[in-house]
Amino acid sequence: MSTKQYTVADFKSDTKVTWCPGCGDFAILTALQKSMVELGIEPHETAVISGIGCSSRLPYFMSTYGFHTIHGRGSAIATGVKVANPRLSVWQITGDGDCLAIGGNHFIHAVRRNVNLNIILMNNRIYGLTKGQFSPTTEKGFVTKSSPFGTIEEPFEPAELTLGARGQFFARSIDVDMPTTQECMTTAAKHEGAAVVEVLQNCVIFADGIHDEVSERTTRAEKTIILRHGEKMIFGANRDKGLMLDGIKLKVVTIGENGISENDLLTHDAVESDNFLHYKLAMMHHQGFPMALGVIRNVEAASYDQEVERQIAEVQAKKPIRKLQDYLLSGETWEVI
Amino acid sequence: MTVQHKVTELEQVVIRFSGDSGDGMQLVGNIFSNLSATLGNEISTFPDYPAEMRAPQGTLNGVSGFQVQVGKSVLTPGDRADVLVAMNPAALKTNAKSLHPRSIVIIDEDSFTDRDLKKADFLTDNPFEELKITQVQVVSCPITSLVKNSLVDSGFDGKTILRSKNMFALGLVCWLFNRPLDSAIPFLEKKFSKKPAVLAANVKVLNDGFNFGANTHASISTYRIESSNEQEKGIYCDVNGNSATAFGLIAAAERANLPLFLGSYPITPATDVLHELAKHKNLGVKAIQCEDEIAAVCSAIGASFAGHLAATSTSGPGLALKGEAIGLAVMTEIPLVVVDVQRGGPSTGLPTKTEQSDLLQALYGRNGDSPAVVVAAKSPLDCFDMAFNAAKIALEHMTPVILLTDGFIANGSSAWKIPNIDAMPAIKPPFVTEEIKEGWKAYQRNEETLVRSWAKPGIPGFEHRIGGLEKHYTTSAISMDAANHQKMTNTRYNKIAKVALDIPLLEIEGDENAELLVVGWGGTFGHLHSAVNQLLDEGKSVAYTHFQYINPLPSNTAEVLKKYKKILVCELNTGQFAGYLRGVIPGVNILQYNKVEGQPFMLSELVDCFTKTMEA
Repeated sequence: MSTKQYTVADFKSDTKVTWCPGCGDFAILTALQKSMVELGIEPHETAVISGIGCSSRLPYFMSTYGFHTIHGRGSAIATGVKVANPRLSVWQITGDGDCLAIGGNHFIHAVRRNVNLNIILMNNRIYGLTKGQFSPTTEKGFVTKSSPFGTIEEPFEPAELTLGARGQFFARSIDVDMPTTQECMTTAAKHEGAAVVEVLQNCVIFADGIHDEVSERTTRAEKTIILRHGEKMIFGANRDKGLMLDGIKLKVVTIGENGISENDLLTHDAVESDNFLHYKLAMMHHQGFPMALGVIRNVEAASYDQEVERQIAEVQAKKPIRKLQDYLLSGETWEVI
Repeated sequence: MTVQHKVTELEQVVIRFSGDSGDGMQLVGNIFSNLSATLGNEISTFPDYPAEMRAPQGTLNGVSGFQVQVGKSVLTPGDRADVLVAMNPAALKTNAKSLHPRSIVIIDEDSFTDRDLKKADFLTDNPFEELKITQVQVVSCPITSLVKNSLVDSGFDGKTILRSKNMFALGLVCWLFNRPLDSAIPFLEKKFSKKPAVLAANVKVLNDGFNFGANTHASISTYRIESSNEQEKGIYCDVNGNSATAFGLIAAAERANLPLFLGSYPITPATDVLHELAKHKNLGVKAIQCEDEIAAVCSAIGASFAGHLAATSTSGPGLALKGEAIGLAVMTEIPLVVVDVQRGGPSTGLPTKTEQSDLLQALYGRNGDSPAVVVAAKSPLDCFDMAFNAAKIALEHMTPVILLTDGFIANGSSAWKIPNIDAMPAIKPPFVTEEIKEGWKAYQRNEETLVRSWAKPGIPGFEHRIGGLEKHYTTSAISMDAANHQKMTNTRYNKIAKVALDIPLLEIEGDENAELLVVGWGGTFGHLHSAVNQLLDEGKSVAYTHFQYINPLPSNTAEVLKKYKKILVCELNTGQFAGYLRGVIPGVNILQYNKVEGQPFMLSELVDCFTKTMEA
């Protein structure tokens, strides 16, 4: 925690931001800088690590310590940074190609190990930097330069992958909704462990409008629901709709209809360790339900970097030897006189 | 009974223990080596494991061997065995080709039944004739039944009792070489310290084996091996190359006053580096087993960025996977030690066998003009020094350093005089200081050494961004400028070239004025050095030089090589170093001697080859 009060300007580097005009990344960059101010972390105690892609240019625009690495390896490099120095606030910036295609293996293992990283996954469902090929999150059938007749493969759902890798934190937001993005980022930073924040981001050049259904101002209130821990699951332009459980399935209900009151609605419990309902919520937009935004899962568990330190401390408490030479002399030796 | 027997004095002797992978041959081989070292012999060992996980008992694929040479001036585990312990027919068959014609072969006759012979694909009931090794002196001993009888009242079940067979063999070998059992017992006490009953049983069987030799085999010569008078005073332990590599990295971390980080992924024959480092949490070592080879090198790069001494350990296939990330370390000028324990290739190749065929991969296996330092260890003990030196160069020159060892020296061991680590050179990485804070840039460099300064995250005022994109020489910002890329490429190249100022000059052994210069690099030192010495002892004129530094080469390399009419580069590949030298130092007459059989050189083949080259 800093003694100095930092401002957004303190987190901006003097490097010119080179994203296309209108790119969703700008809003995410600003939300990140605002989150850091809100969190009270210091630029020199912060490391922003990325792979390759449009989104991965982000570290250059920050005034923190930063490392723009190679395609897909951000999670692995960030793991090394965090294990080496757990006192740093480590942010991994990645995109749907970088994180889920070439970097899929590192991503799931960072999540499984629960390395204390804040992973910001900017999902525009397209490859932007290589100019318009489909990504692992591109909807089936979508026409791109590398799928001129439409893709023939099913996409990943980042939430499903995160929970499948036994992730303890997942949040989702949309680039145009800066307050929710910021809320997700700050909660992620406070979570000890791998915290995945998916931000749906618009690529104005190669997949413009891909998220319109949920991001359009006119339809957003009906098509999304913002989940907050401890709050009732209510949505809609008139705040008159909500979610209930029907057996093991979710259902959308209208408050005031069929005798349903606010009290009958589900209350979001992000800290429940059983991920069953988190999974249902994260995936419900595939059934025509609103898309869940906000912090969907936020469960405490020991982080990998803490475990590394704990185990070293535990062994050191049992074994007094601290220098290699003493270790070698304590083993099987003989003397030549 | 007093037995009169012949005692033969030997300068060196080669002993090979061989049996099923469950027969405990590695254990008795190790004990025999270590007790010989405590008696003043020099030792060099080489374990030879099967590549199969656990092949069926008694079959050729399941044979596990351990060879040791003991005596004076010992630099290799030796070519051919003077004594072979063969616990079954498969062990005999596997080792038949690497025996001296008149060697002693100790067999367990209980496991040479027709069934056993069949398992080892023998067609007749006389394995010695079938293998054409009829001149060997066979010590046939019913080891299995003697051990069963000996331990009949021990209370152990049959399976446990048979596990002591290896101790009988050890006892017999101790008798053969005049080793008092008192020198063996402390090693058993250590091994079985928590199981007193097992210890007692093993000591009993050890004695049985010794007594069997003393009582029944007066006709066989026993040996007295000459002690070395070359051993320095001091405290010694036995160490293999992989452990020595791990210790070298720990020593470097201590001398740099930095924590050590290892990112690794299991791969034969390098895994023991990870095993060794994973043990030393009390020394503060962070050894991480990653999800794959790429994550292993990348986590190390991350740890290095955060200010640790960082390393990754692997073998050839793993080095191939790490190539792109090593390029990132070249581009971002980050210290990194990459240990490549070479094995037979290409592809999966011969995982448990040795080779030197990753040299060009280490030098050039990355995209772009991507110079890195490449060094090679020459022996199990030299792994310690070269791992230390690799780390020192990496930290002081802000560069990845690839350390090449190989399966032969990684698994081979020698007696090691425990060094005084506090007296080793201090390692001084170019960390940023308050004085240079004003206007500091990430790629700002020492104009003399071309080394950039290192700012660990956490220090206010030095926040910076690095990455794989080309950067501007002065502003450190991303730059696609043509002239700047030329300048940065030259700078990266020259920075590595300047490492030559910090490495020792090439030295010549033998006759400096000879016509023939034998050249080696890496783990072949022991064999090449011994072969050259043999010729020198015979009065021949030959010179020898050995490379531990491959890129950059020692600065007197051209000057040295140009003195010789014939230069014979010997390596366990098809000529990678020879080709490299031809490219770097044109105008010298470079000849080649190459072997890719997955095995080290043999002294005899080298002596032959050198003699022919001299005469040609």
